[in-house]
Amino acid sequence: MTPLLGLFWCELRLSYRQGGDIGLALGFFVLAVLMFPFGVGPEPELLGRIGAGIIWVAALLASVLSLDRLFAADYADGGLDLIALSPAPLELVVLAKGAAHWVTTGLPLTAISPVLAILVDLDPSAIPVLMLGLLIGTPALSLLGAIAAALSLGARRPGILVSLLVLPLYLPPLIFGTGAVEAVLAEEGSRAHLLLLGAVTLFALPLAPLAAAAALRQALD
Amino acid sequence: MVDVESGLAIDGELIAEGLACRRGERLVFTGLDCLLPAGGALVLRGSNGSGKSSLLRLFATLLAPEAGRLLWGGAPVMRDAARYRAAVHYVGHLDATKPAFTPREMLSFWAALRGNAAPAIDAALAALALDAVADRPCRWLSAGQRRRLTLARLVAAPAPIWLLDEPNAALDGDGDERLAGLIAEHRAGGGRVAIATHQPVALEGAAVVMLDDFAASAEAALAVWQ
Repeated sequence: MTPLLGLFWCELRLSYRQGGDIGLALGFFVLAVLMFPFGVGPEPELLGRIGAGIIWVAALLASVLSLDRLFAADYADGGLDLIALSPAPLELVVLAKGAAHWVTTGLPLTAISPVLAILVDLDPSAIPVLMLGLLIGTPALSLLGAIAAALSLGARRPGILVSLLVLPLYLPPLIFGTGAVEAVLAEEGSRAHLLLLGAVTLFALPLAPLAAAAALRQALD
Repeated sequence: MVDVESGLAIDGELIAEGLACRRGERLVFTGLDCLLPAGGALVLRGSNGSGKSSLLRLFATLLAPEAGRLLWGGAPVMRDAARYRAAVHYVGHLDATKPAFTPREMLSFWAALRGNAAPAIDAALAALALDAVADRPCRWLSAGQRRRLTLARLVAAPAPIWLLDEPNAALDGDGDERLAGLIAEHRAGGGRVAIATHQPVALEGAAVVMLDDFAASAEAALAVWQ
């Protein structure tokens, strides 16, 4: 097996074995969305209007919570040394780990989003665009999150630092993701929003591995 | 001479020339020269904080030297870092085991990370007497067993240079003997080993590096700063 494929499988098997990983992110996502009808009141009209925003914000927060999985354990147990000595470039290591993170968070969040859309009374015609947006946008969450996760290695309270670093970076996907749904609700085309969302992901695809790998090298020293 | 399994030239010498190491604000050692020929052994000794682990991490290219250089087969190691790293096994203080994985899975993952497609997992487990726990999650292993598992990496995916940082820590008498046997076998086959330890080791013909002898003087520290 090549080093990168080995890493990818290792990450997937670890999160499957530890069970809680996927479940925790999903559970947090569902509970965070469920809080809103209690907080803002159960009027279907209001909920339907802000539903897409609720779901996207909850997805961002669920993604932030699971970012510590990316590198923290390898940093603490010395595995990062062995990864650095592997023939695979660190940039591609970040990409492999980011891909595994997306499969265990972004993908399940996207899959469960229609159920939550019904819970917040989002118009059913907007659900396909919501899902498509999440499918395009969540890889950017994993990639941008990898930068913050790598930068926070060795910090005293990495969890809080990760949130502070990453939430500003999550603004563009949030804006275009909710924008696409609102465009459908206003009976306009959502194509432009989805294209911009795709641009964010494509921008993060080369940038995040470079930045995160540089941060990992710093952490190794 | 070329090692059959790894395909690497194993008769090149590993040479350190005037190595200096800085950790944070402190210059740990300067002007360190040493030589590790094929079949050779280097024992690093010194008081706590004298830089034994740092020297091993320099050898592993995990740290960059403040001054000096490292040569492998006559060329600077960073000229072809990937090839040099493929020749190195680094066993540090930490054991890098994942609690949810079994020793067998850990060994095949570590071998895959090195790009080794056909690791000798069963031989490695047998060499460190881990057969009985091979399919049990690592979270149930004792500290000594985890240490043995880390050392089993050396057997599972062969490489000509072993860098061992306190490899005896947590090992029992039987483990010590097995490790000594592995090192002897490795050297007989032309492999080389650098080992940092406080315990007495019986390594035939080993060169000893006393790191306290290379502790940076005030003038040397100033020279590097400038």
